[in-house]
Amino acid sequence: MLILKLLFRNAFRHRMRTGLTILGIAIAILAFGMLRTMVSAWYAGVEASSAGRLVTRNAISLIFPLPISYKDKIRQVSGVKIVSYGNWFGGLYIDEKNFFANFAVEPSSYLALYPEFILSAVEEASFLRDRKGFIAGQKLVDKYGWKIGTTVTLKGTIFPGNWDFVLRGIYHGKDKTADEMQFMFHWDYLNETMKKTIPRRADQVGFYMIGVTHPDLAADVAVSIDSLFKNSLAETLTETEKAFALTFVSMTEAIVTAIKVVSFVVIIIILAVLANTMIMTTRERIGEYAVLKTLGFGGWHIAAMIFGESLVITTLGCALGIAATFPAAKIFGDTLVLFFPIFYVEPKTLIFDLAAATAVGLIAAILPTHRAIMIRIADGLRRIG
Amino acid sequence: MAIPFSYNMRNLMTRRLTTVLTAGGMALVVFVFAAILMLAEGLQKTLVDTGSHDNVVIIRKGSAAEVQSGIERDKASVVETQPEIAIGMDGLKLSAKELVVLISLNKRVTGKSSNVVMRGIGPNSLPLRPQVRLVEGRLPRFGSSEIIVGKSIYRSFQNTDINDNIYSGLRNWRVVGIFDAGATGFSSEIWGDVDQCMQAFRRPVYSSVIFKLRNSREFDIVSARIESDPRLSLEARRETKYYRDQSEMMAKFLRIFGWSLTIIFSLGAIIGAMITMYAAVANRTGEIGTLRALGFRRRSILTAFLVESLILGFTGGCVGLFLASFMQLITISTMNFQTFSELAFTFTLTFEIIYEALLFSLIMGFVGGVLPAIRASRMYIVDALRTA
Repeated sequence: MLILKLLFRNAFRHRMRTGLTILGIAIAILAFGMLRTMVSAWYAGVEASSAGRLVTRNAISLIFPLPISYKDKIRQVSGVKIVSYGNWFGGLYIDEKNFFANFAVEPSSYLALYPEFILSAVEEASFLRDRKGFIAGQKLVDKYGWKIGTTVTLKGTIFPGNWDFVLRGIYHGKDKTADEMQFMFHWDYLNETMKKTIPRRADQVGFYMIGVTHPDLAADVAVSIDSLFKNSLAETLTETEKAFALTFVSMTEAIVTAIKVVSFVVIIIILAVLANTMIMTTRERIGEYAVLKTLGFGGWHIAAMIFGESLVITTLGCALGIAATFPAAKIFGDTLVLFFPIFYVEPKTLIFDLAAATAVGLIAAILPTHRAIMIRIADGLRRIG
Repeated sequence: MAIPFSYNMRNLMTRRLTTVLTAGGMALVVFVFAAILMLAEGLQKTLVDTGSHDNVVIIRKGSAAEVQSGIERDKASVVETQPEIAIGMDGLKLSAKELVVLISLNKRVTGKSSNVVMRGIGPNSLPLRPQVRLVEGRLPRFGSSEIIVGKSIYRSFQNTDINDNIYSGLRNWRVVGIFDAGATGFSSEIWGDVDQCMQAFRRPVYSSVIFKLRNSREFDIVSARIESDPRLSLEARRETKYYRDQSEMMAKFLRIFGWSLTIIFSLGAIIGAMITMYAAVANRTGEIGTLRALGFRRRSILTAFLVESLILGFTGGCVGLFLASFMQLITISTMNFQTFSELAFTFTLTFEIIYEALLFSLIMGFVGGVLPAIRASRMYIVDALRTA
């Protein structure tokens, strides 16, 4: 206890300097935590995916469709429990700034595949009944202030025209990893309209979502589906939902890497600031260290004092930074909800925060300690300020 | 009278380690600031250079990019009859009907797949893009499954050497040439015969029609005529604008990201400068008293400490920019959110960025130094001399 008191007293001898350093560390930890949270937001789609679901798409690339007739063939593959399908609609709400994911899906099987989207029985029934109906996540509904029964118009980019939908249900995520920013409507609405306007694009789906009876079977089922359509006009590529989500992340890997690099740069910046503070502190106290050495305290004692002081400062800064991360993430996530539908601080991030702060505290103390220990008693006593 | 400049320099030299650490922190901030702005600049420059001002891109109304667009053959032919289209050397109109699809290819290093633009071209596509230059092999023969690949694609994707085959759409596409389009989006594309592509990918419609204006000023006339034609429901954009629009979202993301990071990071560096400058003032109380006793005014003391802090900032800025200038050697290849396809671009340093970064480093120095300098200038001579 006494040692801790000594460390605190020492640390706060220069209130202004220590206060500024702690503030600096808090800001750095806050920035580091936010950047790490951003990286996890990038991987949010991967986290939310299930090992028991497969995605089948056209082997050429995502923009090519598959015929609807594949549905029944896929259903016959052993190990397949549910088959659902849909299209990425890519419609715009008012203008390009309001970007959110919108899909045309086969509703009943899709909802069965996604138990993490919770929809009340009444709302589900009214959604299934209305072909022009749609359901949306709680966050999306809050963002635009829609109410059950509101008509929403999307401007089609892939499928031309203005499309009217009526809100029939609001789903909630089962936990924090579920995406509450999605917009889903009846595939039949899309298809029937296509039959009238552009017949060559009717009866085609963008992807099949497949539920397997047991997650262990996923790999085998994927292979059997793909071999079913080998050498056909529309070859398929089937992968687990997780792998599918990972391809999106890997396509923008350069950005994720940049964020990670930058998050370490902020740690190095704060390392420079703290090291500077510690060097100044020890420079002023060289005389005291000489006195301590004269009294018989060894190098280890002095080292422990400097390291301890450095750690006291980083710990305080780190605690402050972590405390600020939660409200900051909340504000950031709410404002940029269209870019990052899922934005919350993972426990893992806090561990990274602590590790970074401890490392900074230790590394910053090395050089000053070295100086303090190496000084000879006579030189230390002679030196002033 | 002003305090000599050498006084500041010597002070900084005496506490070398402190100076290095403070300026180093600032250098890192400037580095991040400059690097992200360079990235946004490079992205925009790449996409703006892709287009030519006199070329017009026609796509379906409402679609944001060529990939989403579809133009039936009859509509495309109507577009090609516009009188404003320039005449080529062979006496025919300089226009091309093209198809753009995405195919997924695997990267050379990681083996992971990414979407690549495959463009079906017509005989006039090359004369319309004078920036495209064949560097190896030959041009594809029309009517065959031969393709040429852009330089950036050749660098980063598997199976793109000459005589390799890329399997897609039930066909082996043979690579017969590699082309260089400089720092433009075309360097991240694969080109082949448009009719073959339409067959293989079962797309019975074109994605876009490109033509060159015979007179650049006639754009408004021709675009008004095409956009108001009820048969077509198409829209016309200058090629430069079309590509600039495609970079908007990503460049905006990078700019916002860069600025917010820099502001947060600079707080750290400013705090560092403040600590250093406060310590400098505290250690030199006696000196300040002496200087005042010698007849230097409060204003001179204030200036001296501010100058010292500005030197710190400026040194940091120069070092940061120096490091950032090396980033120009790096090429980034990533997916553009808007087109959903791979695009390679380099960090680009412009005078504007240099100017912004240096100004920024001076502001950091100023903000960090102003409070300590005021404190130094406010000291009373007697008190200052007594503490020493």
